[in-house]
Amino acid sequence: MKARPPTALPQPDYEAPDYEERVGRVGYDFGLSRRSFVKVLGAGLLVAASVPALAQESGRRGRGGFFGSGARTVAARIHLGADGTITVLSGKVEAGQGARAELSQAAAEELRIPVSRVQMLLADTGEVPDDGMTAGSMTTPRSVPAVRRGAAAARNLLIQFACRQWQVKPHTVTVRDGQAVDAARKRSLTYADLVKSNEAATLLAQAIPRDVELTPVKEWKVLGTPVLRPNAHDIVTGAHCYPSDITRPGMLYGKILRPPAYGARLVSINLAPAKGMSGVVVARDDQFVGVAAATSFRAEKALVAIAGTARWETTPQPSSRELFDYLKQNTGGGAPQNPFAGQLAEARILRRTYHVPYIQHAPLEPRAAVAEWSDDRLTVWTGSQNPFGCRRELAQAFHLPEDRVRVIIPDFGAGFGGKHTAECAVEAARLARAAGRPVSLRWTRAEEFTWAYFRPAAAIQAEAALDAHGRIATWFFININSGPNAMDTPYAVGKKHCRFLPSKPPLRQGSYRALAATANNFAREVFLDELAALAGADPLDFRLAQLDNPRLRAVLEKAAAEFRWRERIKEKGAAIGLACGTEKGSCVAACAEVEISRAPKKIRVRRVCQAFECGAILNPANLLSQVQGAITMGLGAALREEIRFANGKILNPSFAEYLVPRFDDVPEMDVHLLDRPDLPPAGAGETPIIALAPAIANAVFRATGAPVRALPVRLAEA
Amino acid sequence: MEAKIAFTLNGKPQTVSADPDRPLLDVLREDLHLTGTKFGCGEGLCRACTVLVNGRSQPSCLTPIGAVAGREVLTIEGLAGHGALHPVQEAFLAEGAFQCGYCTAGMIVGAAGVLKENPRATEAEILAELQHHICRCGSYAKYVKAVHRLVAAAQTATASV
Ligand code: FES
Ligand code: FES
Repeated sequence: MKARPPTALPQPDYEAPDYEERVGRVGYDFGLSRRSFVKVLGAGLLVAASVPALAQESGRRGRGGFFGSGARTVAARIHLGADGTITVLSGKVEAGQGARAELSQAAAEELRIPVSRVQMLLADTGEVPDDGMTAGSMTTPRSVPAVRRGAAAARNLLIQFACRQWQVKPHTVTVRDGQAVDAARKRSLTYADLVKSNEAATLLAQAIPRDVELTPVKEWKVLGTPVLRPNAHDIVTGAHCYPSDITRPGMLYGKILRPPAYGARLVSINLAPAKGMSGVVVARDDQFVGVAAATSFRAEKALVAIAGTARWETTPQPSSRELFDYLKQNTGGGAPQNPFAGQLAEARILRRTYHVPYIQHAPLEPRAAVAEWSDDRLTVWTGSQNPFGCRRELAQAFHLPEDRVRVIIPDFGAGFGGKHTAECAVEAARLARAAGRPVSLRWTRAEEFTWAYFRPAAAIQAEAALDAHGRIATWFFININSGPNAMDTPYAVGKKHCRFLPSKPPLRQGSYRALAATANNFAREVFLDELAALAGADPLDFRLAQLDNPRLRAVLEKAAAEFRWRERIKEKGAAIGLACGTEKGSCVAACAEVEISRAPKKIRVRRVCQAFECGAILNPANLLSQVQGAITMGLGAALREEIRFANGKILNPSFAEYLVPRFDDVPEMDVHLLDRPDLPPAGAGETPIIALAPAIANAVFRATGAPVRALPVRLAEA
Repeated sequence: MEAKIAFTLNGKPQTVSADPDRPLLDVLREDLHLTGTKFGCGEGLCRACTVLVNGRSQPSCLTPIGAVAGREVLTIEGLAGHGALHPVQEAFLAEGAFQCGYCTAGMIVGAAGVLKENPRATEAEILAELQHHICRCGSYAKYVKAVHRLVAAAQTATASV
């Protein structure tokens, strides 16, 4: 078999699949054509689950969707105040991943000002350009350059302006510390001077040139440095207002009636008990029933008063026990056959199935929104990764032109890919319309666990044949239901066939941190250890022998060296495992050491050594947070997180039964960030999560001899 | 039924008219507009809603307002002195110990509660208390560093006295 020539990773593919197509959107419709619902998941939560319909819709939206249309002019990107303030506008959101710091750095770098002078206005659809969704690790490769181009263009305008004022040539003017300086003659002009001039309007209306020159990496002064989140002070004092903290005059607090199970339809309800309570607003619109009152406590009482009178019509629903059979049976046409079957006469063949469950994002701030109508205009404050998408959903639900809807996204309590939709905002707006007053709606934890969309479950079939040299000759890999991300193998296999088969999801499903890359990487890397065992090879050697991608090799070698893999693998009973992967233009490798106790049965991860590389590092402090956070979140998914459901009811909708990592779960973490100033920066909020679960599973395999074929990792019955 | 309930809030006398069964968390946030204390679960499981009642850490989501009558309640808003941050806030800020920050106020108040009871509390004692808190962003590693910094600073302060 010929090794392929080493190739660098492809640049992030901007025409990558549209996230929105795979997110179960709630098709609220409070206009006339209410019968257009495609599928009823449950009253009060109706999901338009027809993928073709959504695909058509997103096609119509064109570039306004996932990527946004961006800012055409300097004025649309940067507001220069006559008082010297500099406000940078972006449609990105801050959910803890670090966009606010990173975009501020990008602007400061090119404007030649200290980062503290940048005011960053994010995600107010009434003010900022549409920079698309905050998803897919796109802020770094797309929005940072977009902000840099806008800022560099503004700096060039200042130079042009100075040249005209002073009648000099551009090369004699430099911009530093926010001033154009003519060094020879000791005079200077600021951005505020530019704004106050009568040329300002014309200058700032200029289009941002696509090819405006950006500061080379080696000259960076602000980018590449550890910058704290600009509103960090407000976080530690509690002053920052999250979406659930927004208060408006006369505001009421809302509650929504939820069905007892997926697929339940509301047949009848007696609203009178709630209507009889003073100060309580009750709204019913077909399947939607909600109440609002001056306090959450009273709203809750009103909801309880009517909930008992509701009659529901239920239909049988699948349960998690039969989930994987159900997914396999509902692919429409069944799984394809391995096209390489029987091609290699003496080959050693391995065939395995892997299961990955539904899990929930469980951001600490549940979905929350405040909605306020004034005449036929709607303003909504909410926590979402998709401000312009929320505006669209609201406009559709209320049959309004989009320009009458304004969506403001205050920095919110995390998303992890789980907040791409607007259902909570729509519900708040529906209640606010009924109340004639602003309404604040915050989902309960149980609602968030039950009705927010889930990371999809996956059944993955993998089949490979080893040739006489112990290398992978053929590779067949099928993902059922969860998605195609990172499904291709990075290893130089002889022939391969990788395919994603959509199924009929029994729960509302959508994006997650790194999407299906968590599932695909888990299955592939765990399968690889089984193949290595079959070949009688060390898992590290087995991988390196078939890995051409130099960046992926580099992280794998780094993690292995720092972990002392080669020495430790010789130790008897070494409970260690490793895994690697690449996704969205970055590369990761993890080594994990576990400790296994039999009674009570418990797996504890003692140490994780992870190497990560995402091109040129923009903010090392934030990057470290992201990587540590991803490792911690990955730990939960690896060891404990799993949604259990039966006949349409979620059985563990609480932190009491759905256990997320806590302080004492956190292993010793040894993180190595490889800086590659020669490569364009890639996003880092997602990929660092994909290697952990397989590394842990492989460590358990090594320690117990029993291969792991499902998440969360469980010890086999002894 | 509504009742008048008097207590001390962040060092000042406070009276509210409220149903005594209402959670303290709701009264702080909805009536008094102190929104620094967060809702994460309403079940005592995440401690985003932590306040100090008579100096002890409590989940305000499970504390009825009636139960704090005559007591002292301290929220994140009452922690900083005039213009100066509380040492716990200083340490968390210095380490940038949060991502989305939604759990941060609870963590800070929780740690401050341990130090209030015992100014010489060890890192292990503070972390044992924080074990009740969830940070879904997984900023635990940075929180551990912040606690380390906090205890080190406290030791230097005591040593120099
Ligand atoms: S909100 Fe009180 S413990 Fe979670
Ligand atoms: S920083 Fe987001 S929950 Fe802790």
